[in-house]
Amino acid sequence: MWYYEKKLQYPVKVTECNPRLAKYLVEQYGGADGELSAALRYLNQRYTIPDKVIGLLTDIGTEEFAHLEMIATMIYKLTKDATPEQMKEAGLGAHYANHDHALYYNNAAGDPWTATYIAAKGDPIADLYEDIAAEEKARATYQWIINMSDDPCLNDSLKFLREREIIHSQRFREAVEILKFERDRKQIF
Amino acid sequence: MSEAQKVNRYELMEKIQMVDFALVDLTLYLDTHPQDSQAIQQFNQLAVESRDLKHVYEQHFGPLRQYGASFSGYPWNWKDTPWPWQL
Repeated sequence: MWYYEKKLQYPVKVTECNPRLAKYLVEQYGGADGELSAALRYLNQRYTIPDKVIGLLTDIGTEEFAHLEMIATMIYKLTKDATPEQMKEAGLGAHYANHDHALYYNNAAGDPWTATYIAAKGDPIADLYEDIAAEEKARATYQWIINMSDDPCLNDSLKFLREREIIHSQRFREAVEILKFERDRKQIF
Repeated sequence: MSEAQKVNRYELMEKIQMVDFALVDLTLYLDTHPQDSQAIQQFNQLAVESRDLKHVYEQHFGPLRQYGASFSGYPWNWKDTPWPWQL
C-alpha cells in the first residue's frame, strides 16, 4: 500500500499568474512522457520484471507520483487567479469551457491521457529500454518547457525535475546491466 | 514562545525536504548498489535525522503522514489545511 505525506518533494513557487505556461506544463501532467504515464508504466511493469529490479521500479514509480503532485501544484498556482479572459488569451478557452480551473489529464495540445502511452512487453530488457527512453524524453520535454519559461522560481523546480529524469535513466541503465549479468551467469553454470 | 524561538514553517519544511530528498536518492542508488556499506550508513543516519525533524514539525504544524504513521492531536487534525499545494 502507499502512505501519503503532506509535503512536496521539492518546493514549488511561481512568480506570477501565467496560464500560458500552465498550458505547456500540462504536457508533463497528462502527456505521453509525463509523470502520470511514468508512474503507471513502472508500477505496472513490476509484476513481470525479475525480482532483482522490482525494488527499483517500485521506488522510481513512487517518486513519479511525487513529481505528478509538483506539476499539479505548478499548474494550480499558475492558473488559480486567472480570469476567464486570461484563460482565453492563453489558449485555454476550450479547457475553461469544459473544466473551469480544474486540472485534467491531457497533454499540451488538449488530447486526453491514454493507456497507449504505456508499454508493457513482458520482456525485461525491452521494458527497461522503454523506461530509459521515457526518462530521456521527459528530460527533453522539461528542457523545452524551461526554454519557453521566463519564470525563475518555476524554472528552479523544473530544473530539479529535469535532473531527476537523468538519475532515473541512469538507474534503469544499471538495472539493464544487472539483468544482463544475471543472464550470462546462468548460461555459464 | 518569543519571536526568535518561533519555528519557521517554511525553513523547517525545507530542511525536511532536503533530508528526505537525500533519502530518496540513496534509496534508488542502493537498489542498484546494495553492497555499498558507506551509502547504507549514510541512509540510516539520514533516516534518524528525518524522523527527528518531522517530530518537531508535527508538534507545531500537525501530522505529516497518513494512516497512523503520525500521531493525531485533538480534535482530529490530519485533514487541516494547508495541503502541500496551498503552503
